[in-house]
Amino acid sequence: MPRNTRPALKDNLRETALFNRRLLVASIGVGILTAILISRMFYLQVVNQAHFSTLSENNRVNLLPIPPTRGLIYDRNGIVLAQNQPSFTLTLVPEHIPDLDATLARLQNLIQLTDADIERFHRYRRQKRRFEGIPLRFRLTDEEVARISVDQYRLPGVEIKAELARHYPLGKLASHAIGYVGRISENELDDINTANYSATTHIGKVGVERYYEEELHGEVGYQRVETNAQGRILRVLERTLPKPGKNLYLNLDARLQEIAEQSFEDENGALIAMDPTNGAVLALASLPTYDPNLFVNGIDSVTYRELTSSIERPLFNRALRGQYPPGSTLKPFLGLASLETEALRPDHEMKCRGWYKLKNDERRYRDWKEEGHGKTDLSKAITESCDVYFYELSFELGIDNIHKYLSRFGLGKRTGIDIRGEMPGLLPSREWKRRTRNQPWFHGETLITGIGQGFMLTTPLQLASITATLSQRGQRQTPRMLYAIQDASTNEFKVQDSKPLEPIQDIKQDHWQTVIKAMRDVIHGRTGTARGTGYGMEYEAAGKTGTAQVFGIAQDEEYVEEDVVKHLRDHGLFISFAPVDDPRIVVAVIVENGGSGSSSAAPIARKIMDHYLLNQDPPHEPD
Amino acid sequence: MSLTDSYQFANENRISAGRQLLQRLHLDLPLLLALLVLAIIGGFVLYSASDRGTDLLIRHALRLLIGFIIMVGIAQLQPDTIRHWSPWLYALGLLLLLAVLAFGQTGGGARRWLDFGLFRFQPSEIMKLAVPMMLAWYLCIAAIPPSPKRLLVALILLIVPTLLIARQPDLGTALLIASAGFFVLFLAGLRWRFILGALVALTASTPLVWNYLLHDYQRQRVLTFLNPELEPLGSGYHIIQSTIAIGSGGIHGKGWLNGTQAHLDFLPERSTDFIFAVYSEEFGLLGVLLLLFFYGVLITRGLMIAAQAQDTYSRLLAGSVTLTFFIYVLVNIGMVSGLMPVVGVPLPLISYGGTSIVTLMAGFGILMSIQTHRRLIST
Repeated sequence: MPRNTRPALKDNLRETALFNRRLLVASIGVGILTAILISRMFYLQVVNQAHFSTLSENNRVNLLPIPPTRGLIYDRNGIVLAQNQPSFTLTLVPEHIPDLDATLARLQNLIQLTDADIERFHRYRRQKRRFEGIPLRFRLTDEEVARISVDQYRLPGVEIKAELARHYPLGKLASHAIGYVGRISENELDDINTANYSATTHIGKVGVERYYEEELHGEVGYQRVETNAQGRILRVLERTLPKPGKNLYLNLDARLQEIAEQSFEDENGALIAMDPTNGAVLALASLPTYDPNLFVNGIDSVTYRELTSSIERPLFNRALRGQYPPGSTLKPFLGLASLETEALRPDHEMKCRGWYKLKNDERRYRDWKEEGHGKTDLSKAITESCDVYFYELSFELGIDNIHKYLSRFGLGKRTGIDIRGEMPGLLPSREWKRRTRNQPWFHGETLITGIGQGFMLTTPLQLASITATLSQRGQRQTPRMLYAIQDASTNEFKVQDSKPLEPIQDIKQDHWQTVIKAMRDVIHGRTGTARGTGYGMEYEAAGKTGTAQVFGIAQDEEYVEEDVVKHLRDHGLFISFAPVDDPRIVVAVIVENGGSGSSSAAPIARKIMDHYLLNQDPPHEPD
Repeated sequence: MSLTDSYQFANENRISAGRQLLQRLHLDLPLLLALLVLAIIGGFVLYSASDRGTDLLIRHALRLLIGFIIMVGIAQLQPDTIRHWSPWLYALGLLLLLAVLAFGQTGGGARRWLDFGLFRFQPSEIMKLAVPMMLAWYLCIAAIPPSPKRLLVALILLIVPTLLIARQPDLGTALLIASAGFFVLFLAGLRWRFILGALVALTASTPLVWNYLLHDYQRQRVLTFLNPELEPLGSGYHIIQSTIAIGSGGIHGKGWLNGTQAHLDFLPERSTDFIFAVYSEEFGLLGVLLLLFFYGVLITRGLMIAAQAQDTYSRLLAGSVTLTFFIYVLVNIGMVSGLMPVVGVPLPLISYGGTSIVTLMAGFGILMSIQTHRRLIST
């Protein structure tokens, strides 16, 4: 039959007849199946009604779920980062209370009760049975518990119930890494196995608590209880114990973390310390930080508003989500790309006069050092952070090569750390600019990319990760928070394998050497930008300072730090690793609006390396 | 009186003013009344099932309202417009399903949702209507019954989305979509020997499906169906408790808000998939018959609309939408009363839950559109 032609009238009649026959068959099917349903109902509700009524009357054996104990979180040395603490809830059982209002008034005299507490209590009361405990106040202090206990003989029906609540003993320390748990929200209910969570009230919201929710949670247990016809529990018949969640040991070193967070003093910023050989994250700081304990039993709205509306954004995880221009910290990596592609010969020298100009372009691209660096080669350009040399280098290298080499280090992509919400940064390319802005790439943009400005954005974690790769001469590792998992019932301790990424193989050994040597001189050289930080160091370190512009300075205008309001001041950056010959630690630091990297960020990195290399303890191994 | 009105199929002299208004609004009175009654029954049951909570009830009512608005909106469309949209809606649905596969939200071990920031959305809902629309559209290009070649294409159009949804995994929705597609083919005159052949093939492939296609939890559910004691906290327990609830309801029921099974926490998921158990415990066999009567009104009216529709596309679509609605009722009641394994299918218009209400109402919108846009044609 030809397609797309209207069926002839005869066909139409035949089609109608066919359809009606089929519809009749279907209707008969519907009728039969409905009859089956009705007879099933008749069987259940009429024939066996007496049987089921008895079952229902005697349905006194109920199943109650028992929540599993959430796994604990330790640092690498066994210091507790997250634990479960008894928390006291004040509950009232209405059927035992002769006069509810009097009891409430009496309690009001003993402890503070807000209108919200009382309103919530009445709301719950309508939904519960008379013999069930209804919560009135959560998180009683020890003093409140004592006051009520003393008076309890005069308060029938008033009970204090102890539950386990998550507690973070170190408070604000490492909150961006550990995260917190909170009450399960309705959205999360869709995402979890409801049977396994039937007795659980809290769930990991951010950080390690969220990422390893499955390991930490454990499996629900249940008990068969005998109840009377109203549902009151008479006795427990059988109990299947819950399987507790697994304990986690993190790579984090709480002591190192503390030094990191203290070193920032009142500044904001982020710090990552990593073991470059296996990607272990030793410290992950984002400042300012917050107290995760606030979130466990529901934060009050005033505190929450304070946290969210603060311009310092304490809830924002700068280490993973903050995207900053990398500034001059990018130079060693561009230097490698140049050596590999021979964009500039390895022994290329130029005279830096403090500015650079493209042909046919009036604009002067200026160096941070007004008078220039004089005769400069690649090593000196890294050591002294000469911008003019890198303008020329990146012009010769071109944006395509820059994109190619930097993406091999993993820029522009998430590192894959075991915390959710990481940002990918931005590694610009011609294709990217055409796609997002519908504009061609301009030479000038290549130049400023060469000093880590312009479109380029990296997270502190990415900076640490690429520095680790550089220190290992191309061996790449995924940053990892988790060090080991411990089964809470068998105590079996399983150290987690590192997750190596595809290494960068095609860069020659002496090119790595050249760049690492220049980075060593940043700290230990006579003219290095971070020579102040290297003073008195007991080991050899390599590093690179960076300063990221927050706002643009017009042509021929001077940037004077004191004249600029704090939140528009430059960000100070520093990347480093040590010891140079056998790198065991990588540190990346960003100090927001801290001014130059050498004065703000480098001293912090030094403190971290000092502590780690000079008083390091081995990771925890329980017996 | 305009020319269009004089073409109305009904005898206008006998149309009361109210009926005329309904016709103008393109609403169908029997469908509308039955839907209203069911929504009201649903409200009462839900209030009881949620222990006199009003939060759930309000959200349920809001979804019903959205569904109602969408139903009225769709009823305004010409069936021809719906037909022209069919392939596009299907393509969109397929694309979204692939998007779910790529970056969907995981929920309860399943990937079903797309997150649009403000709201989450289950693309498989679109497919509940898009699949029968697409099949009807495709089969109507040529005469029915379809040639073997066209049948093959139609099967592929049906199987691809069904498998995608079954893999999410969402067996309930996959089952509903497969039935919707099957009904189109069946009504289009799919030969009996194909149907028998498919049945034989299905039976023969059961071990394969069991071993490779089903997820662990789905296998578990079938095993539990065969032996409810296997899984005391899971669906086996659900079934035991829901049959006790239904059976103890008797002829008259225990009365509204008095169901002991429901209120003493014996019944799980009692506001969603197992709400029928609450209803039959509290309202008894009489209540069940009343509920089935109103479902019957909807289904009978839908089949009448299909029989009276004026082109093959409308007939196939109306027939499929109506019969799929019956499948909802059949599977849900069958599952809660222990006749079949637990599959996540809600009791239509009564269960609290999500987007399915909107899709159901959209289906009734299509039926109303087909019914109220009929013209007199020479036969």
